[in-house]
Amino acid sequence: MAFLSQFFAIYGDLVNFIGINALLALSLYVTLAAGQLSLGNAAFAAIGGYTAGILTMHFHAPYAAALAAGALLAGAVAFLIGFPVLRLRGVYLAMATLAFGEVVRIAAINLDITGGAQGLVGIPNYSRGWLIYLTLAAVCYLLAKLRQSRFGWALESIREDETAAAAMGVDTTSYKTLAFALGAVIAGLTGGIYAHLHFLIAPRDFGFSVAVDLLVFNIVGGTRRWYGPVFGAILLTALPEVLRGVGVTAGPLRMFVNGLILLLVILFLPNGLVSLFMPKPTTTAGDQAVVPVNKS
Amino acid sequence: MLLEIAEVTRDFGGVRALDRVSFTVETGAIHGLIGPNGAGKTTLINIISGITRPTSGGIRFRGKPIEALPAYRVAALGVARTFQNIRLFPAMTCLENVIAGQHLVAKRPLLPRLLNLPSARSEERDQRERALACLSRAGIDDRAEFLGGNLSYGERRRLEIARALASSPRLLLLDEPVAGMHRSGQQQVSALIRSLAADGMTILLIEHNMAFVMELCSRITVLNFGRVITTGVPADVACHPQVIEAYLGGNRCHV
Repeated sequence: MAFLSQFFAIYGDLVNFIGINALLALSLYVTLAAGQLSLGNAAFAAIGGYTAGILTMHFHAPYAAALAAGALLAGAVAFLIGFPVLRLRGVYLAMATLAFGEVVRIAAINLDITGGAQGLVGIPNYSRGWLIYLTLAAVCYLLAKLRQSRFGWALESIREDETAAAAMGVDTTSYKTLAFALGAVIAGLTGGIYAHLHFLIAPRDFGFSVAVDLLVFNIVGGTRRWYGPVFGAILLTALPEVLRGVGVTAGPLRMFVNGLILLLVILFLPNGLVSLFMPKPTTTAGDQAVVPVNKS
Repeated sequence: MLLEIAEVTRDFGGVRALDRVSFTVETGAIHGLIGPNGAGKTTLINIISGITRPTSGGIRFRGKPIEALPAYRVAALGVARTFQNIRLFPAMTCLENVIAGQHLVAKRPLLPRLLNLPSARSEERDQRERALACLSRAGIDDRAEFLGGNLSYGERRRLEIARALASSPRLLLLDEPVAGMHRSGQQQVSALIRSLAADGMTILLIEHNMAFVMELCSRITVLNFGRVITTGVPADVACHPQVIEAYLGGNRCHV
């Protein structure tokens, strides 16, 4: 026990941050599962964080109600953005959410109620590590079960081939929008939890680099299963601390190591690190019966 | 009358891909759609299935106008299709491809799954069994655990048919179902199509293989340069002078 309490005294922040990052990575995973790229999930976390923080600070709202309000507002905003944009296919969601992320960040810098560039200071410190991990477990369970539902199968179909999915009856625009909004709800909830962890949040906490980090967590971990992004978030969040342990200081080198890992994963494990542990489906390697020979 | 195509025209820029195409497909028929490359056959299938909109004209399915409906609404009315350039879900196994294809018929509610209720588990077993039945009907149940992307060309075509069958459609649109298949594969697909028609499914198929079409179809529509040359029974179509000239070449009767 003494060891554990010492560990948490030193690394408690890191452990909490890993949980936060895993949740944010999962928020993007939901959208990626439908084959859509969102660069706006950091901004949804900002919406959730600022909303919840302002509610508890200025309006003395109960913690749970503030979190729910932040999550729902983020989801509602995502729905409004997603519905027109997701009628189109391709990169339009990435473009729209990239712009949206900047709008949110700049709004947070310039509004009075968000505390400007300095950020929102003095948010009550309600969040606890167990709450982060309870939320993470709940989200993981939800996403794992969701995959077996009508919704999950529809998202998989859209990701694999949108035209074929539509031809077999999947309302692609609605499902893509729902996936995007569900991701935003998770991001907004996480933002609210994050805001109540350290007394303050600032616009830079939710900048473009965070949005890209979330994508990197997903790619490194793998997006075929819910545990991919969780694994990616744990690995890449803990990595600087591990490197410090072996004598490499954090800083620019961290970016380099992250980039190197990303490159190696893309080159050698296109389905992410979890593909190392996933059961292999029957393949054709060495199975002559499946090689296309029947052309006559 | 299951499907009525009335005066359908489709322009792509300055090109008129379909020019006032009209014909009907009767319930229970195996209806062939033939014509030289570029005649507009696939465009017509895309319009029927709601993937492309006609520039003008109308389509009625079971009496309901469907030309303005999006693809997923057309599918919900009971129209399933395969694609000329096969569109499988390559990262899913064959079984998963067909389970995904059950979208319109399987409810798969989330709540029983979240609570891990027995009803969710029995539904999953049920889906699996029905998917396996579709695979075995298409003759590829031995490939159930293979990835869609790892199948041979002919098997992919059959998997696409199996996936289309998963929603128990009333009308099945097949875009070149035996292209690139060897003779025994063609015969199996031909037998499959016959058995589907015997079960009351209506089939509209595009195919270049004349022997296959002439033997299988109860009626045939011939398109050339976006226009209908003729619609009729195979024997009449094969001897139609314009068909022979435009499509079959020469002046010989092809029966």
